[in-house]
Amino acid sequence: MCRGSCLRPRSAALFQACFPSEKTALSTNHSKATSFQKLPALRKKLVPFAYLSPTLLLLAMLSLLPIAMVFFYSLQDNVIMNKTPQWVGFENYIEILGDSVFQQALLNTLYFTGMSVLFHLLLGLAFALLLNTRLIGPLPKALFRMIYILPWVFTATIIAILWRLLLNPNGVLNYLLLWTGLVSDKIEWLSSRQLALHTVTFINIWAGYPFYMVSLLAGLQGIPDELYEAGRIDGANGRQLFRFITLPQLTPIIVSLAMLDFIWTMQQFTLIWMTTGGGPIRVTEMLSTFTYKLAFSSYEFSLASTSAFVILLLSMGVAWFYVRKQRASDE
Amino acid sequence: MNSRFSKSTQTYLARLGVLLALLLGALFAGFPVLWMVASSFKSNTEIFAYPPRLIAESFSAGAYLAVFTNAEKVRFFLNSYLVSGMVTLLTLLVGILGGYSFSRYTFFFKKPLNMLIIGVQAVPPITLLIPYFSLIVGLKLHNSYLALILTYMVFTLSYAIIMMTGYFNTLPRELDEAVMIDGGSSFVALWSVLVPISLPGIVSVGIYTFMLAWNEFLFALTLTKTTDMRTVPVGIQLLMGQHSYEWNEMMAMSVLGSLPVLLLFLFFQRYFIAGMTAGSVKG
Repeated sequence: MCRGSCLRPRSAALFQACFPSEKTALSTNHSKATSFQKLPALRKKLVPFAYLSPTLLLLAMLSLLPIAMVFFYSLQDNVIMNKTPQWVGFENYIEILGDSVFQQALLNTLYFTGMSVLFHLLLGLAFALLLNTRLIGPLPKALFRMIYILPWVFTATIIAILWRLLLNPNGVLNYLLLWTGLVSDKIEWLSSRQLALHTVTFINIWAGYPFYMVSLLAGLQGIPDELYEAGRIDGANGRQLFRFITLPQLTPIIVSLAMLDFIWTMQQFTLIWMTTGGGPIRVTEMLSTFTYKLAFSSYEFSLASTSAFVILLLSMGVAWFYVRKQRASDE
Repeated sequence: MNSRFSKSTQTYLARLGVLLALLLGALFAGFPVLWMVASSFKSNTEIFAYPPRLIAESFSAGAYLAVFTNAEKVRFFLNSYLVSGMVTLLTLLVGILGGYSFSRYTFFFKKPLNMLIIGVQAVPPITLLIPYFSLIVGLKLHNSYLALILTYMVFTLSYAIIMMTGYFNTLPRELDEAVMIDGGSSFVALWSVLVPISLPGIVSVGIYTFMLAWNEFLFALTLTKTTDMRTVPVGIQLLMGQHSYEWNEMMAMSVLGSLPVLLLFLFFQRYFIAGMTAGSVKG
């Protein structure tokens, strides 16, 4: 949702597997005569469903039904706006995949997402390493950590207007660049066709790295000291310690973070909507803004549903890799 | 080159380098936020003053006063508090029950249901938006609090169940069994024993849920219509749409809109980070 709205990554816990290992689940102790064991077998089987009933109801209504609906809409023309939609099969898919704006939105989304993930990782790792240093006392470190997490506290809407203020042609960033002589003219960061896509990507990078930083910092603190000691005894220098101990130890976290971030960033809507709205001339159009406009500006609900379903498939593709990878590391 | 400096000079230089890097990083992370706060205390004419100043001559809390005395803007905040509060409450309630079931029972369809709950987290909001819109309009819930509370729960609930299941799994089953031997039901065991011990986990989930709901934009934009039903993120957008920008008021509203999450963060930092990183970092 944050993604929708969310810039703010939903917590990484999300995809964690939820049930206990079968061993614990089956270990109910049958030797003790307890009152609940006297219940008829059928009633006992229903107990977990009693606890789950609100969940089941909500999930069916809020996820299964809507997904079925959006797929159903995508196979028809004139849905929602018209009482008698026509069945068209997969024609909408052919139309949307051949649409040049959709294709551009897909490329923009891939650039935006790929660069965001890459720089989130680089910045997050750099800051985590800085904060993990032993050269600075714990108090200044706590202070710096708090400042570094700051971007994560703000919602996408606020991040968007904050950067619109800073990046305004008459704003403070242009002033500093002119003053230092780095540029000779005011730069139109968000309304230039050449720059807008890079600018929104930069804003998203600023907004999203703390999630990596915090996770990687926890990971760094979990690396046992003995590993480094052993490395030093073998004569490794600082760079080698990082290359052969730190990085391999962090790799599982990095892979998880990158996949989750990829899924979430791909869905980013709010930041784009509030900074450029997809413009100028669609250079920052993303799959999400494209779909939204198709539905709520052009009222092309059938095509929008088709596009929305394609986005779902893309997301699920990445999520599938993620779950498989988590499974592998659980075993 | 190592030989040119003594050991202590090297440490000193290293410390200086790290400190410099930390300060640069703090500038990158903190300056935009500082500028936002500073701008909220300026008059609108001085927002783009040349040369820019962090603290303008017109320093005043006028923008905040303007927000507080505007019933329309105050309403944005009330709506946000109401919706986020209700979402948090309902999510915790349903999530605790669901998590308990997942943690303590085996049942038919457990695996597929678990996959569904995990999978929901990857569903893009934009995919759900169109069917939600048509369902909410069909149920005559368009432009109501209930429309937002219900739809927000699709993401908060699955998160809560995953987290609560994990938390309950760490608690020994002997706890529930002790209650049941004394003649209590599993329901009593859950509420009188497990829930009180799980308070730290519940706080993490509650904070995270509140934050998701507080920040949500896309559903709020589409499922409400009139100004009096808008939440803070959409309210800020409405301010931007007006022909003349009241930058200082927008900044004041942004600061006020970030305050709940910022305060939660400051007071519950540990829980906050625990909720955020669980899963990506394996213990």
